[in-house]
Amino acid sequence: MAEEKKLSIDPATLEMIEKANSEGVSTAFARAEVMRPCPIGAEGSCCSNCAMGPCRVPLPRGRTETPEEKKKRRGVCGATVETIAARNFVRKIAAGTASHGDHGREVAKVFLEMARGEAPGFEIKDEQKLLQLALELGVNIGNRSNKEIAIDVGKILEADFSRQEGELVFLKRAPIKRQEIWKKLGVLPRGIDREVSEALHRTHMGCDQDYKDLLLHGAKTALADGWGGSMIATELQDIMFGTPAPVASQINLGVLKIDEVNIIVHGHEPYLAETLAVVAQMPEMIEYAKSNGAKGINLAGMCCTANEILMRHGVPIAGNFLQQELAVVTGAVEAMVVDVQCIMQGLVEAASCFHTKIITTDRRAKIEGATHMEFDEHHAVESAKAVIKAAIDNFPNRRQNVRIPDYKTDIIAGFSHETINYLLGGLFRASYRPLNDNIINGRIRGVAGVVGCNNARVTHDDVHVTLVKELIKNDVLVLETGCAAMACGKAGLLVPEAAALAGPGLRSVCEAVGIPPVLHLGACIDNSRILIAATAMVKDGGLGDDISDLPAAGVAPEWMSEKAVAIGQYFVSSGVYTIFGASWPTEGSKEVTDFLFKEMENLYGGMWGFETDPLKIAKMVIDHIDKKRKALGIDKARERVLYDMAMRRELEAV
Amino acid sequence: MSKIIASAAIRGAHKIVDNAESKWKQAMDKWGANEPVGFPNTAYYLPIIYGILGTKVEKLGDMEKVLKKSRAILPPLVKETHHLPYLAPALDAGMVTMFAEELIEAVRYLESPNFYTKTEDIKPDNIWLGAADDIILRKRGIEFVDGTAPGFAAILGAAPTKEIAARIAQELQQKNLYVFMCAEYNGKRFSEQLLEAGVQIGWPTRLVSFGPDVSAAVFAMGFATRAAMSFGGIEAGDFRKILIYNKDRVFAFALPMGYVTDEWYANAAGAINWGFPVIADTPIPEVLPTGICTYEHVVSNIPHEKLVAKAVEVRGLKVTVSEVPIPVAFGAAFEGERVRGEDIYLECGGGRTQMVEWVTSKPMNEVEDGKIEVIGPEVTDIKAGSRLPMAITVEVAGREMQEDYEPILERQIHHLINYAQGSMHIGQRDIAWIRINKQAVEKGFRLHHIGTILHAKLHHDFGRIFDKLQVKIYTDKDKVAQLVEQARAVYNKRDMRIEGMTDESVETYYSCTLCQSFAPSHVCVISPERTGLCGSYNWMDCKASFEINPTGPNQPVVKGQPIDAKLGQWKGVNDFVTRTSRGKIDHYNFYSLVNDPMTTCGCCEAIAAVLPLCNGVMTVNREYTGETPCGMKFTTLAGTIGGGLSTPGFVGHGKYNTTQRKFLAGDGGLLRMVWMPKMLKEELADKLKARAIELGVPDLLDKIADETIGVTEEAILPFLTEKGHPALTMDPILG
Repeated sequence: MAEEKKLSIDPATLEMIEKANSEGVSTAFARAEVMRPCPIGAEGSCCSNCAMGPCRVPLPRGRTETPEEKKKRRGVCGATVETIAARNFVRKIAAGTASHGDHGREVAKVFLEMARGEAPGFEIKDEQKLLQLALELGVNIGNRSNKEIAIDVGKILEADFSRQEGELVFLKRAPIKRQEIWKKLGVLPRGIDREVSEALHRTHMGCDQDYKDLLLHGAKTALADGWGGSMIATELQDIMFGTPAPVASQINLGVLKIDEVNIIVHGHEPYLAETLAVVAQMPEMIEYAKSNGAKGINLAGMCCTANEILMRHGVPIAGNFLQQELAVVTGAVEAMVVDVQCIMQGLVEAASCFHTKIITTDRRAKIEGATHMEFDEHHAVESAKAVIKAAIDNFPNRRQNVRIPDYKTDIIAGFSHETINYLLGGLFRASYRPLNDNIINGRIRGVAGVVGCNNARVTHDDVHVTLVKELIKNDVLVLETGCAAMACGKAGLLVPEAAALAGPGLRSVCEAVGIPPVLHLGACIDNSRILIAATAMVKDGGLGDDISDLPAAGVAPEWMSEKAVAIGQYFVSSGVYTIFGASWPTEGSKEVTDFLFKEMENLYGGMWGFETDPLKIAKMVIDHIDKKRKALGIDKARERVLYDMAMRRELEAV
Repeated sequence: MSKIIASAAIRGAHKIVDNAESKWKQAMDKWGANEPVGFPNTAYYLPIIYGILGTKVEKLGDMEKVLKKSRAILPPLVKETHHLPYLAPALDAGMVTMFAEELIEAVRYLESPNFYTKTEDIKPDNIWLGAADDIILRKRGIEFVDGTAPGFAAILGAAPTKEIAARIAQELQQKNLYVFMCAEYNGKRFSEQLLEAGVQIGWPTRLVSFGPDVSAAVFAMGFATRAAMSFGGIEAGDFRKILIYNKDRVFAFALPMGYVTDEWYANAAGAINWGFPVIADTPIPEVLPTGICTYEHVVSNIPHEKLVAKAVEVRGLKVTVSEVPIPVAFGAAFEGERVRGEDIYLECGGGRTQMVEWVTSKPMNEVEDGKIEVIGPEVTDIKAGSRLPMAITVEVAGREMQEDYEPILERQIHHLINYAQGSMHIGQRDIAWIRINKQAVEKGFRLHHIGTILHAKLHHDFGRIFDKLQVKIYTDKDKVAQLVEQARAVYNKRDMRIEGMTDESVETYYSCTLCQSFAPSHVCVISPERTGLCGSYNWMDCKASFEINPTGPNQPVVKGQPIDAKLGQWKGVNDFVTRTSRGKIDHYNFYSLVNDPMTTCGCCEAIAAVLPLCNGVMTVNREYTGETPCGMKFTTLAGTIGGGLSTPGFVGHGKYNTTQRKFLAGDGGLLRMVWMPKMLKEELADKLKARAIELGVPDLLDKIADETIGVTEEAILPFLTEKGHPALTMDPILG
């Protein structure tokens, strides 16, 4: 038998897996051992789109298939393996886009209710951003109140979900050259829902059966996520909850407190968590906790909800995706409050072994056996109070088997596009110039977005951390979101002192700006911030005229969700080389895979890649960055230009 | 920004803001909120605060808003471990430092009105000059614009010895840089060290002793900020443009000499906002990544002998220093140096003896390039404090040489001799006057070195228009007298020729975009009868400049079809202006200030304005600081119309232009002139009279009001009426 796979590199996780095992609590780690992935589904060779199947058309193992074998790899309807693989791939994109879209739609709804005064717990926190957005969208500002302006802004963006013709408003933010590419390929998304809906239609039995055409629509659908649903969510959340700015906090299960009421907010949408963060501070709540024998209320986050309230309130993070059940296993969590996406149903069973209450709060995501306390944005504070009260009431029910791992790490988070712009030059000289300048002069070799999930099929956090360490060692600045950021946070890479692990060039820039070499940009929905940052880099000049010219790449090394596929595809469609780890969902078809890995580069300037070994991924990223540097002509040291008066006269006016 | 620097800068900013606040409170208690405050003679209030925030601080009470804003921006101190990003907060802290120090200095002007001399030169009992007023700004500004001074070095503290101080200062001077000095280190100040070393300081030698404290650094930054507003035409409050303008165009840097305190760091962080890097002689941390400045931000531990060279490299400045093989230093910075009484070794001209300077063309075979002769006594033949007559003749030959270029070359003699350390030159032609000091002679400077200078520099700057050049320096009385007569005959001939040149007599005008380094949309077009508004370039100069440098800032402009002969507008000129102003200006008139006048950069010698009530115009020169009948002082006028704008009703012009025939010809010409400062009337009296006679109003000058009559239209109108000023009976000036 092969050497047993290490489950995690995180000691807190390992400690809790052991506790769970010894106490007979089922976790994803244990279930992954028993439940092996279906080899046919994993490579995208299973079609269950009609009742004549499911049809399995797997690639022969361990040898090259003969042309005859290839011919036979068809479903009952005759669908080729290419069609099947592409359809499965596009359906993942559609599901991911729908998830981010639905998140965005909900934000837009609450935003409009807030603007109309129907959601009392919420307000406009970032007036500047609202006005800027209004300006961008052509909303009249004049002497109108912020709320009036917000209504117009909200309506315009909300309309993007159901738009039937035309194109999404934020596509205009992309570099001109990128927009032209999209236009030429016909992938400018019309409406978010329309593209998702069409994706499902096209992939229905007996519909679109040309894999290239299917993947073209996949690209279009994904763009409706990155430049649509996700971007709308991020922008409106920033206005409503504040644009993140750098903040210090801590991460890992050690942030749970033995003598306080521990409430974990888990999921993706921030409004409940935002309200909880405020309500948990209220003296009446703290008093109530004390009257129940606790010293206070300790709010901690998990998954992307955690990222949202970390970025805006400094609320500590208990852990990333694969640690959700382990938080329950500590026995110290009074309530785990969840909304949508990435909530393992296993939580309920784990919770049954402890006093922990799993509280679902979203009408769209209920779990059998959990307590449902639906969040009502019209009465946000009341909803939050009820949840916190329920958690406090549960404090006396703690059992004997409480053990909080003594691991927590300091982190600095909160790097939005706006704050990066500020941080690089201050209030008076804010710009991306220092970033571009130092990329051009080679101190920073390039930029990598390392994002995505945890996946129980790979050693938890290991791929993220090994990859990121290798990248920064090679002077690649890393931007992170989601569970990837948390993995690096736990490994101590999100503090400025981590610059010591970076190459000399990147280190000097980090020390000049005072930033960590790995920047936490938020939740997975905030990957749109990376698009904006990349566009800002293009617009600042000197690094080409399109995102695809940048010495940059994206990686999701421990991906697992359909959202990750949507994100990956919108990065590829935006011109970014994007590498996935863990497994590759179209491996069953060489043609589809080749198309995604090679042909897409000719179409979009960006393409997919796949590799499981973190050091090899790092090499792929660095090679790509070097290729782009060479194309830009910045692979060689430049002569220092000294200016005389004649050269100054040639300068354009600022 | 390294953590140490950022932490110190933010700490320093806190101290400085605290200090400003307490100084302000004390002043408020003593003087009250309505007490006027400000720097002397400026239209830019407290210039950094005005430029960056757009806030006018006119009264003590106005400072409250600035302090509040500063408090709001002032970032918290940097944490020891797991700190938040500090570059941006440190830059912000630096900016707040600038605001606070301006307030501190403004309160000082209020509390101790005589703390600063408010002059260009130091005084026997006070060496601190204080803020440059707008006259200095504009006078010196032209040097920044045309490249005679590419930037400035802001020196904080003191060198280890006065000798090192003097050497660094001289090195900076030789690179044509201004040196702005402030702050103290180890009980010493750089300005004081220079004085001890016997170096002349003050604006004329570009060694500017702003003030004794670090807060005087704001005078340097205020100068830079005003340059962006007055020459760049950037609006107050458009902070981003002002700062980037400075990063791109003002080649300044800071040289902290000695221990860098928190307050110094705060000032350095402030300067970085303007793109001015810091080059230190102490081992402070370095900040090498680029971005806010063009290259490195902080470079440290530089040995004194390499300090200037390193600073120039870090700032990204190309300085072309022409090596002139003479035993004294040579450069534009020495132009303003004076030679006084007891220092004089030799004096020629100036009414004491005869002196003349003459450039003349010769056939090729009569000129031996580089030949320098001294005919008569050399300095070695005379005692210190002597006088001699002198004639300098420069004989040139070459295929491209034209007689018209002779006066252009001749005019260079004045500043070229002045550029030599230890010599002072005044005047030109047969009224030239030269003094050479004892130190120069001690260092080995001889009269034949004047020839060396002229040969080297004229070849360097004008080599394209002649091939060979020789210099003869006569100190023999009879020979000089003979040459004076000969030269005078030539001067007369030349003057007649220039007199006769009219705009109609040429098909080609010349552009001057020299100022585009500072005023990117400004383009002068110079015709024979409309010299450049800076007073420095006439048509012939531009023509020669084009011959010398065909791709340079003076280009021929074929005037083309006239669009309006009266107002002076031509199609060819319009096309050229549209192109070279980068589309900002598509036409203008040469001879009118009422209708779309020519654009004005910030460095005009005088500004004319319509006075509707008097049915005439006025003009005011830069040196006149008082109020004028148009309701604005010169400096306010220049701030309003400068920066490459065409502003109907106002136009910048050279002083001499007032006496040219086409002066405002489209609006009625010189007969419209109803008001001029007395000093300008006196300066131009002879020429104005001659022109008035031509116009048939010989006593015009007596009819023109000045500040002794009044500085409002209402006040001068009765005078004009009484005198029967011709403007009153002309057609209405406005439509």
